[in-house]
Amino acid sequence: MEATEKTISDQKPQEHGMEEEEKYVLGFWLFLASDLVLFASLFATYLVLRTHTDGGPTEAQLFEIPVFMLETFLLLTSSYTCGLAMHALKNGHARRLIGWIAVTVLLGLAFVGIEINEFITYSSEGATMQRSAFLSAFYALVGTHGLHVSLGIVWLISVAIQLMRKSIQPTTARKFINAGLYWHFLDVVWVMIFTVVYLMGVMG
Amino acid sequence: MGDDFYSRVSDGGDGMKTKEPLSGKYTGFPWGHVIGYMGSILLTLVALWLAVNPPFSQGGIITILLVLAVLQILIQLIFFMHITESRGPAFHTLAIVLGFLFTFAVVAGSIWIMTFNSQVQ
Amino acid sequence: MVHQIVEYLRNADPLIQMSAAAIVLTLLGIIFALTYYKKWRWLWREWITTVDHKKIGIMYLICALLMLFRGGVDALLMRTQLAFPNMNFLDSQHYNEIFSTHGTIMILFVAMPLIFAMMNIVVPLQIGARDVAFPFLNAVSFWLFFFGALLFNLSFVLGGSPDAGWVSYPPLAELSHSPGPGINYYVLSLQISGIGSIATGINFIVTILKMRAPGMTLMKMPLFAWSVLASCIVIIFAFPPLTVALALLGLDRIFGTHFFTMLHGGNPMMYVNLFWIWGHPEVYIAILPVYGILSEIVSTFSKKYIFGYKSMVASLMLISVISYFVWVHHFFTMGAGPGVNSFFAVASMAVGIPTGVKVFNWLFTMFRGRIRVTLPMLWALAFIPCFVIGGATGITLASAPSDYQLHNSYFVIAHFHQTLIGGAVFGLLAGMYYWWPKMFGFKLNETLGKWAFWFFNIGFYVCFMPQYALGFMGMTRRVYTYPAETGWGSLNFISTVGAYLMGIGFLFIVVQVLYSIRYGERDTTGDPWDGRTLEWSLPSPAPHYNFAQIPTINGRDAWWEMKQQRKAGSLVSENELKPIHMPNRTPLPFLMSLAFFVSGFGLVFNQFTIATVGLIGVIVCMLWRSLEDDRGYYLSVDEIKQTEASVRGA
Ligand code: HEM
Ligand SMILES: [Cu+2]
Repeated sequence: MEATEKTISDQKPQEHGMEEEEKYVLGFWLFLASDLVLFASLFATYLVLRTHTDGGPTEAQLFEIPVFMLETFLLLTSSYTCGLAMHALKNGHARRLIGWIAVTVLLGLAFVGIEINEFITYSSEGATMQRSAFLSAFYALVGTHGLHVSLGIVWLISVAIQLMRKSIQPTTARKFINAGLYWHFLDVVWVMIFTVVYLMGVMG
Repeated sequence: MGDDFYSRVSDGGDGMKTKEPLSGKYTGFPWGHVIGYMGSILLTLVALWLAVNPPFSQGGIITILLVLAVLQILIQLIFFMHITESRGPAFHTLAIVLGFLFTFAVVAGSIWIMTFNSQVQ
Repeated sequence: MVHQIVEYLRNADPLIQMSAAAIVLTLLGIIFALTYYKKWRWLWREWITTVDHKKIGIMYLICALLMLFRGGVDALLMRTQLAFPNMNFLDSQHYNEIFSTHGTIMILFVAMPLIFAMMNIVVPLQIGARDVAFPFLNAVSFWLFFFGALLFNLSFVLGGSPDAGWVSYPPLAELSHSPGPGINYYVLSLQISGIGSIATGINFIVTILKMRAPGMTLMKMPLFAWSVLASCIVIIFAFPPLTVALALLGLDRIFGTHFFTMLHGGNPMMYVNLFWIWGHPEVYIAILPVYGILSEIVSTFSKKYIFGYKSMVASLMLISVISYFVWVHHFFTMGAGPGVNSFFAVASMAVGIPTGVKVFNWLFTMFRGRIRVTLPMLWALAFIPCFVIGGATGITLASAPSDYQLHNSYFVIAHFHQTLIGGAVFGLLAGMYYWWPKMFGFKLNETLGKWAFWFFNIGFYVCFMPQYALGFMGMTRRVYTYPAETGWGSLNFISTVGAYLMGIGFLFIVVQVLYSIRYGERDTTGDPWDGRTLEWSLPSPAPHYNFAQIPTINGRDAWWEMKQQRKAGSLVSENELKPIHMPNRTPLPFLMSLAFFVSGFGLVFNQFTIATVGLIGVIVCMLWRSLEDDRGYYLSVDEIKQTEASVRGA
């Protein structure tokens, strides 16, 4: 990189090598650590309020095993395909990378769709966010995760567009690395939701 | 992220054209990812099975479920997020460890503090 | 919404109508002045679109001082009302609004931006960096803070101020008990500025970890940078619980959920719990950088290396972690039970140990030092006893049984003002005086500064010492008046006198600044205090790229050592200059925060169309940023040479 002194226009600025990009990756890890505590607060609220059903629907009455299992598999698989995208990036296969991103996005969309459907079903059964403290906390926790996933989808799409335009270079590589980290992180959170909300819910 | 990877990308590796891999280390079959994926599916099924047909007391099951969840998280962190790889000091690992410490403090602390609630309700 | 606002203004008390008019007039005045002197372009190019950490720091400082003025006026109004029994100066509603805005503003819009000001101005210079890690994000943080503060202050003229205390506990803060938009202002403005704070935390951690000059290992880093690192760690982990607490309270109020209501299973104490998971660490966010400031000042003006550097670092890190495990001491009286209360009592007292270590280290640094009592040193010296008393009364409160007696009494008020004024504000003023020449290129006048110092200090003790006694006598906080039979009259009167003395002190600071702009001693050397750390190696104010050449560091107090080497004639001469890469200025941070503001304003009045428009604006700005290819520009060697020649006066 430090080779020749050229003018700015015809080369990448000096400090824009991968070293520069590493700062973004560290910054993003810090964001994830912070976001983790955000979810921790929502989990804490859920766990404290989960028995406060006010005579309304309870976890065991609402949750349906096939639905949340499907959600779980979709998300786990999308995490895997996102990992394959990373593999493609490391091997320098831009097309494969974009392809795996597309698969990941589709799986993510399916997840969000099913979740929205789940919420609509509950609401139509009278289990709205306003019904009880338990339901408020449930929608807040699972909904925040869903929002994160939706944001992740938009982000992945935007990264894919940039990859199509500019192929793999330090900036786009970093953007994908961060978006990928984000995507896997949402799986980390989902695993806890799966266990604490759904499994412990159906156990009663 | 691996050392070679960074240096290769900083060389301005134009992946669209270069068919050769960025570094030898990553070629071939993505074993790590496959193992991770299999593991996560397996753990999910085990957890579901335990929750639906609890073989013993609830308290014990919940503990096991939480252990399984922790394993799942480790899979994501290690096989997919490659938290163990870094160039230079692993500040990001430290951050995530602290994040989990505080997560534990917030969740366990809140439950403990708010148990008074079950007495007054 | 317009209707609601007009209605509110029509029925408002004359005091509010008058201030509304005054604000509108001032705004018009500013707009006129900017137009008349053709300064719009300058404002836009040099400030609003800047990504330079030094300018951002200065903007934080200006906003913080303005907010300090507003918070101070609030304080004086309250103290006037309390000066005598049965006063009729403020009614109860007014009093409630004023203590709520006072508390919120002082903590979030004075203490926080003062800290961010110091961080921004000093950290990159101290560690030999050309900017922070993410200059764009830094500008975003500032503008989010700015618009958060603006939204909060707007409540004063539009629709009614929040009136449920700076903590806004439910159920009082719920729609059922506070139907107006007041609490919405609180929720949304804190939310907006809170996002900015988290971003700042991330930004500075990365800056400190990744951008130090070559040779500056972590253990050679100045203590101020360490303290900022500690504070930022607390920021990124403590703010999310606040975000959640506020979001859920907002959902309760705007969407009718039941997290913290008294109905349908809600639990108000869960808000209290979440609030203090943030709230206690928050006071450490404010005080940790002050420890760093103290270390720099004490060492510089004692002409000694800091005593016990390693123990200083260790105690900073320890405090940042322990402070996360003490939050229940703010609601011992909830009655969580002996187990919980004992744990949190012991943890709270444990924080005293590393704090004690720091105090002793400062004292040992001064011991046998060649002490120069300049303005920064004066404030630092005043800090130490004041903060020690604050700490001692804190330990008193941390003991759960005595807290049952003292909770929500004036003892608490006295305690936290002692730590927040005697600690945070004294320390930050010390820092402001210390780095002022670096920011603006001139010193602040000493004589006027001494007047300010003595008024403020004496005023402080006169104001708050009586309040400890009032607490013991049973006076509770947040009461707007009291009958004469309580016998609280005389002590309250003394306290009010003290408050006015502090007010005079503040005025002296204002005069001092205005006077010094014209007549203050110019700093031509860049090193007016004979400093020890890298920021003093630069001209004052520093050129926009900071370092023409990034220095190589060999030891702690790097600049001090370079000076010694130079004296000994052994400093190797500098190698040649290279072009410097700089980030471009950009309007996006401003526009994005403006969009946040619009969205927040819409939500305050339950206007979902406006809120959505704002949110779309935010998303558009983000996508724009993500897709634009902004690679910055290069500063050529010639330009650098020219700038260096002009700033170094060579
Ligand atoms: C000129 C100096 C100051 C004076 C005279 C003053 C006076 C007061 C008074 C009279 C109250 C209300 C007590 C009550 O009725 O409960 C109060 C509350 C408060 N003050 Fe100050 N104050 C000053 C500076 C500060 C500063 C610098 C901070 C923080 C950095 C601060 C933070 C607070 C907080 C958090 C509250 C609690 C508000 C609430 O009850 O919700 N004050 N102050
Ligand atoms: Cu506290």
